[in-house]
Amino acid sequence: MIEYRIDRRSGVATYQQIVQQTKQALRLGLLQPGDKLPTAREVVEATAINPNTVLKAYRELDREGLVEPRPGLGTFVSRSLARAGAGADGPLRAELDAWVSRAAEAGLEREDVAALMASVLEQRFITGVGPVAHSDEGNA
Amino acid sequence: MNNQTVARPPAVEAIGLGKKYRRGWALRECSFRIPAGRICGLVGPNGAGKSTLLGLAARLSSPTEGEIRLHGESLADPELRRSFAYVAQDKPLYRRFTVAEMLRFGRELNPRWDQDTAHRIIEQGQLALDARIGTLSGGQRTRVALALALGKRPDLLLLDEPMSDMDPLARHQLLGTLMAEAAEHGTTIVLSSHILPELDGIIDYLLLVDAGRIRLAGEAEEILDAHRLLVGAGTAADLAAHTVIEARQAGRQLTALVRPEEQAIGGDWEATAPTLEELLLGYLRSPQAPSLCTAEAGQAVAA
Repeated sequence: MIEYRIDRRSGVATYQQIVQQTKQALRLGLLQPGDKLPTAREVVEATAINPNTVLKAYRELDREGLVEPRPGLGTFVSRSLARAGAGADGPLRAELDAWVSRAAEAGLEREDVAALMASVLEQRFITGVGPVAHSDEGNA
Repeated sequence: MNNQTVARPPAVEAIGLGKKYRRGWALRECSFRIPAGRICGLVGPNGAGKSTLLGLAARLSSPTEGEIRLHGESLADPELRRSFAYVAQDKPLYRRFTVAEMLRFGRELNPRWDQDTAHRIIEQGQLALDARIGTLSGGQRTRVALALALGKRPDLLLLDEPMSDMDPLARHQLLGTLMAEAAEHGTTIVLSSHILPELDGIIDYLLLVDAGRIRLAGEAEEILDAHRLLVGAGTAADLAAHTVIEARQAGRQLTALVRPEEQAIGGDWEATAPTLEELLLGYLRSPQAPSLCTAEAGQAVAA
């Protein structure tokens, strides 16, 4: 199960926040095929957002083939975005964690690390769209 | 939810609605539709006519001209009265009743009474069932009034400034409960407010009332999409091709809220979509700006 965190001041459309957080959970393996997403009722009761927003987000996830509505039962994860090594306890994460530690020891602040990471990603995945959107397209 | 809205008649429909008090017209020539299943924000400054409009919808007073229909019905038959709930700004409750007695009162008056929902709302606020209404704070009384309204299991919920006297936690809880109710039963909710940020993310339908007239009516997203906030070097004359709602000049920089007439906006303008609050404030600061009513909210063809 996943709990959504809605930031009303982020400037990102609310339904997009739900889509992104779901994908993030799929990538990290927090959600796996067969898992049930919370019902619209559960989401709006906890977050006080418009129910149509949740339905719109779920439709979007359905369109991308990530979830599947089963009438009367709920919405279920049909495909994972987790890749070998990208999980929360995968070796790539551990390596990255070690690298971030070295960066911190070298005196880099959080923003420096983020900027460095963004610039490397920019070089690697050459599109104007940005790394997150790019990897999604690669998956779809 | 959307499938239902197509088949059902509009939850609220006003046709040439007007209300005159001794001091003058409180509402004039109001025509709009709120489709069933929407969560509609009724916004406007103090004294704009919001409460008058809700009072007319709740059949507390009769219009001076025109009419207001609920679910396609204009008559005040008892069945219709059961189908909606109205929470007034002053939350009239019996001060000497206890919370439990107030709930029993609701149960006996309403055949569709949902005790679980009513109880849950009371429990959320940790109100004692034996507390007398008269000893509760304003926000707590609001909670009891909303428990009574939701316990009625209405198709249409009319709320006049429901959260104005509640603390942030209570407000969040109650909005969550309202949204859950709408998600589960397709309840139409009309809530008035002058606290604009409170409505962002909650409402999907918008009704802006100002000086007794309807200035904006329709799907919130559609209305927002029809507007752009422009910032750039220029003067208001450069924007003559568009409908300018508001333009403010600071030195060489012009900030303008416009309804673009064509897709592309020429010139070196930085164009962004306005937030709900920016849009509403822009309209309220410019009383002469033309009103906008989307097709869905538009006037009935045959009155």
